[in-house]
Amino acid sequence: MQPANLFLVTIVLVLVAYGLGYTRSRSLAMPLGGIRHLKSLPFYYGARAALWCGIPALIVLALWAMFQGKVIQLLVIGSLPPEMMPASEGEASLLLSKISNVASGALPPGFAEPPVVEAAERLTALRQQSRWYMTVLVVAVAVLAGFFGWVRIRPRLNARAQVESTLKWIFFACAALAVLTTAGIIFSVAFETIRFFGKVSFFEFFFGTSWSPQTALRADQVAAEGAFGMVPLFTGTLLISAIAMLVAVPVGLLSAIYLSEYASKRVRGVVKPLLEMLAGIPTVVYGFFAALTVAPFISNLAASLGIDASSQSALAAGGVMGIMIIPFVSSLSDDVINAVPQTLRDGSLALGATQSETMKKVIFPAALPGIMGGILLAVSRAIGETMIVVMAAGLAANLTANPLESVTTVTVQIVTLLTGDQEFDSAKTLAAFALGAMLFLATLILNVIALHIVRKYREQYD
Amino acid sequence: MSTMNTLKPAVDKEVGASRDTVVPAHEERPESAVIEEAKTVGKPFSDDPKFKLRNVEVFYGQDRAIKNISLDIARNEVIAFIGPSGCGKSTFLRCLNRMNDSIDICRVRGSLLLDDQNIYDSKRDVVELRARVGMVFQKPNPFPKSIYDNVAYGPRIHGLANRKSDLDDIVENSLRKAGLWDEAKDRLDATATGMSGGQQQRLCIARAIAISPEVILMDEPCSALDPIATAKVEELIAEMSESYTIVIVTHSMQQAARVSHRTAYFHLGHLVEVNETNKVFTAPEHELTESYITGRFG
Repeated sequence: MQPANLFLVTIVLVLVAYGLGYTRSRSLAMPLGGIRHLKSLPFYYGARAALWCGIPALIVLALWAMFQGKVIQLLVIGSLPPEMMPASEGEASLLLSKISNVASGALPPGFAEPPVVEAAERLTALRQQSRWYMTVLVVAVAVLAGFFGWVRIRPRLNARAQVESTLKWIFFACAALAVLTTAGIIFSVAFETIRFFGKVSFFEFFFGTSWSPQTALRADQVAAEGAFGMVPLFTGTLLISAIAMLVAVPVGLLSAIYLSEYASKRVRGVVKPLLEMLAGIPTVVYGFFAALTVAPFISNLAASLGIDASSQSALAAGGVMGIMIIPFVSSLSDDVINAVPQTLRDGSLALGATQSETMKKVIFPAALPGIMGGILLAVSRAIGETMIVVMAAGLAANLTANPLESVTTVTVQIVTLLTGDQEFDSAKTLAAFALGAMLFLATLILNVIALHIVRKYREQYD
Repeated sequence: MSTMNTLKPAVDKEVGASRDTVVPAHEERPESAVIEEAKTVGKPFSDDPKFKLRNVEVFYGQDRAIKNISLDIARNEVIAFIGPSGCGKSTFLRCLNRMNDSIDICRVRGSLLLDDQNIYDSKRDVVELRARVGMVFQKPNPFPKSIYDNVAYGPRIHGLANRKSDLDDIVENSLRKAGLWDEAKDRLDATATGMSGGQQQRLCIARAIAISPEVILMDEPCSALDPIATAKVEELIAEMSESYTIVIVTHSMQQAARVSHRTAYFHLGHLVEVNETNKVFTAPEHELTESYITGRFG
């Protein structure tokens, strides 16, 4: 059976176990005088039997599905005649793909050497076998463990406590999965970054002011020596993020103040969802809006003023990104301002303060830490934003602070480094990982600061 | 005033003459007691009124929360508003400094005069009104600032002090009047939210009197305080009654009896009875008042 089908079968078995556990607990309770003589409700006995049936079986299924491929490969390689034994890892994977192509019929057997054809047959047989073993094992585990869970049902058994603690572990496992995924990403990026620093010096990467990752693909190719200085990229990112925040923070904050303090219920009910819709527009749409509408407009405007402006400018990308980020700032600030207790507003108004004085002197200072947290989260969004800058900011790694010039950002360079055919051990490709790691570090630090500020703020009112 | 005094509750009133006289069936009260609109028992009027309130009605959307109330609040008196929850006493109090303005659906009708000037005049400056009519709330609500800045908030907004030393004097005086100076003088820079509940409430009183209002409205000022803090605030009210007009809403009849000169009893948006406090508590004229103060409902 395929793993997916087997999963369904296991689910059916779990449901059966639930039903059996439920009825067994009821029938055990009958002679005692009803279910109130059970330690827990019949639901919990059923759930306990179901957990016994399901969890071990699913673990076995998951482990088998995870490792069967690798084990079968090893067995197939191991059975090859000595003269066919692959010398390196690369050869092994080539050979394996050839074998599996033959096995699947993509490569007619006539085109392959006899040992390969043999291996392919072997592969098919092993897969068949593995599927059988897996089916038998999983069903057997489900039935046996389920039976164990079922037969152990006693009226005195505190099934509820057991189910509760098992559920706690299941929830923990889900949370751990998210954390482990993050850790996995960090490690994979970290290892590639370390490999990158084996090829390019630490000093050049952090302090180099020139970025041109065009390295030779082959040893005999004539090409420029690549330069991997990340300074122009980070200044580009900072420039665009700063422009974005210059747009997003005032507009977002002031609209949050308007919505939370001045707007009537009806206006708020219309404007707030509309404003939040900005966050729902795909960034690629913002991207071509920036590239096709805003950037030409800015360069024409600059030209009419006699200023030299590039057709792809940091200003266009940053401005459009700022508009995209407005809802982040306004939504979070709105929440924080609304969280300031009404009693503080009343207290200030009752002293004869006007609405704007109340805003300025009481509500804003009280909400400031939360607003700062929101702004920092928006900054990390701006730093990580890719699509708009890919389309509107350009690719030239200029080291400039002029917003009318074309700049490039870390994210844009990661995209260009990794798209197309690449060798996965050249400095060029590995540079993408190093840049990713730096970006990750920067946003991580910003997020930590933001969370810290938000948390500190929360303590103040509770 | 004399005409109102002679009015007695109309017992044999025609049922259904006004929708307000139809009382919900679940309302627990003596059969004979009927509230007649705008017929307040006792002495609702005064010769020297600070507030002159006539035919006041407050609506929340379609609901009439205050039903045609007429009342005078005399200069330098302490008047207590009592009544069961939801009877409109807080709503009525909040009309006196227009704190109801911030509620969109709230409308006020009738004539409300402070020193013969209309409170709800469209040209009326709310800022000036609230500077004259201060307010202390149910829950202590100091700003998350220092003790000093809390008291200095009002004077700064209204530009009452030109120099730092003037402001210092105002802060010290206000804290002294609120009986908080000795406890607070060494930690004026500490945040106000770190004080105890009773101290916070007295700080709010100090904050209110820092702008020298003429009237202080108190909306259940002791309901969040322990008995000792309550006693201190009540003492303070007694002292302040010499220089301010004080309107206090309270759920505690003992408190009304202790601090007020006159007591007004509200019921379902009606002002049922107003009289000298000792009279209300010893010889209430209206059956509803009697039922309430003897604890038959509330």
